[in-house]
Amino acid sequence: MITAGVDVGAKYAKAVILKDGQVMARAKALVGFDLLKSAAEVFEVALKDAGLSRSDIQKVVSTGMGRNTVVQKPPISAEEAVSEVVSAAAGAYHVVPTAKTVIDVGAEEGRGIKVESGKVKDFVINERCAAGAGTFIEAMARALEVKVEDMGPLSLKSVNTIPMNAQCCVFAESEVVSLIHSKISKEDISKAIHDAIAGRISSMVLRVGVEKDVVLIGGVALDPGFKQPLEKELKANIIIPEYPEYVSALGAAVIAASPAR
Amino acid sequence: MAQTEVKAQEYWRWPEYRQTVSKVDWGNAKAITAGVDIGSVGSKAAVLVDGELYAYAAMRTGGVSEATAVKVTSWALEGTGLEIGKLHYVVGTGYGRVNVPFAKRTITEIACHARGAHYIYGPTVRTVLDIGGQDCKAIRCDEKGKVVSFLMNDKCAAGTGRGLEVFADLISVPIQELGKVSLSVEQEPPPVSNTCVIFAKAESLALLRQGWTKERVAAAYHAAMADRIVDLLNRVGIEKDFVITGGVAKNRGIVTRLEKILQTKALEPKMDPILAGALGAGLFARALYEKEQGLR
Repeated sequence: MITAGVDVGAKYAKAVILKDGQVMARAKALVGFDLLKSAAEVFEVALKDAGLSRSDIQKVVSTGMGRNTVVQKPPISAEEAVSEVVSAAAGAYHVVPTAKTVIDVGAEEGRGIKVESGKVKDFVINERCAAGAGTFIEAMARALEVKVEDMGPLSLKSVNTIPMNAQCCVFAESEVVSLIHSKISKEDISKAIHDAIAGRISSMVLRVGVEKDVVLIGGVALDPGFKQPLEKELKANIIIPEYPEYVSALGAAVIAASPAR
Repeated sequence: MAQTEVKAQEYWRWPEYRQTVSKVDWGNAKAITAGVDIGSVGSKAAVLVDGELYAYAAMRTGGVSEATAVKVTSWALEGTGLEIGKLHYVVGTGYGRVNVPFAKRTITEIACHARGAHYIYGPTVRTVLDIGGQDCKAIRCDEKGKVVSFLMNDKCAAGTGRGLEVFADLISVPIQELGKVSLSVEQEPPPVSNTCVIFAKAESLALLRQGWTKERVAAAYHAAMADRIVDLLNRVGIEKDFVITGGVAKNRGIVTRLEKILQTKALEPKMDPILAGALGAGLFARALYEKEQGLR
């Protein structure tokens, strides 16, 4: 059975083609102004990589912030849309069957999900404040004038703990600027930024409780500087699967293949 | 698209100003006091002669608060023949109140705003909404201008002047004109995200790309900000008379929308509402000075 999952996120659209539990192709691209167009592009790239056409796919399930824009609309014509929480749980369970707590940090949202056998038991979401999402690291990277992908490696070079007082992304930008003026190194500031976001994500996740195994997914999981402070805050080891940013799209494909639906 | 380089204008920058408001001869005064309000964005100094506003200045808070405190107070005194050393008593307030080197006391901006609002608007004031550069406070006070209760948001830029600064830069409209621009729409659009400035900014950008006019996006942004502020106000409860102080009180777009949601008119300020904190501090300074001198 061949299915597909399309995750139309706030920043990236991701598509995964799944055949009998094995990923055949995956593709991602920045989401432009036109959600449907961006999602269609990644979907078609994934199809091409798999050497397939839409008619070969038995079912497509969409997820993510823009999930409803692709339902029944060609070329994706998703049969069904599921929430990010459901797809994240299903995807995380698929890649880490022992997952009990799934932490999904995307560009504009953070989620903590309690799962059992891939099913959602409880969850918390922050979708209101940029300070608990990938946007925070991006904004701080801009203030620090470093590339966002360099933030994690930079932070790992620091062993110092500098507290950040500001919670708000806007205020934190000014704080970063004043830290630069006080001659604090970029490494230390980058670590402070990661500590800050880890603190916020952990306090959210702790509201649903932390049970092993803890799996971290979403685009922010690609930032190597995030895992360590989050583990420290949660007092638990964290598993980051390969291609963490695709896990929700994978989950959608898994759901598409599940016979119960 | 034209490739000529345009010098970036800083739309968030508001003009600094000073004024001598009274012709009173301070040489005969019993108490010459000052309140210095070092805010997160703006610093204000109010000089009072026997409890009446004599001169003031407002300027942006610089990198070093101590230097700003000296600068703003000296500027308020400019041309008056007075100098900092001649002030009988100075009270510091605001976010940077501990950084006023010549202040004898510091008093929180909550108390000062209530006291200052009482002076500006009179004894009927019961609810003071202070919308500053980086925080927003809803204060309930009694007929003497004493604080009864308050609530404050200083964690999040949404619903503060800072949120407006970000927006002024986004749509390239000087911050003093933002409110007027936001009111120039025929029909009020639905508000943007009211919780996070970062998200509201992204949403506004998307709307501009969709072809919305600046005015319409400004209206959506102001509406969201007003909603956010009302949430805070409702938690402390509104009792008449209601007044708005702080820099954002000058933005008609916010004030008009707040009044509409609350179905209450805010009293018209008789003087610059940005001065409320400094005025309150100056009034406390007078009381403290007179007590110290055994005058009361």
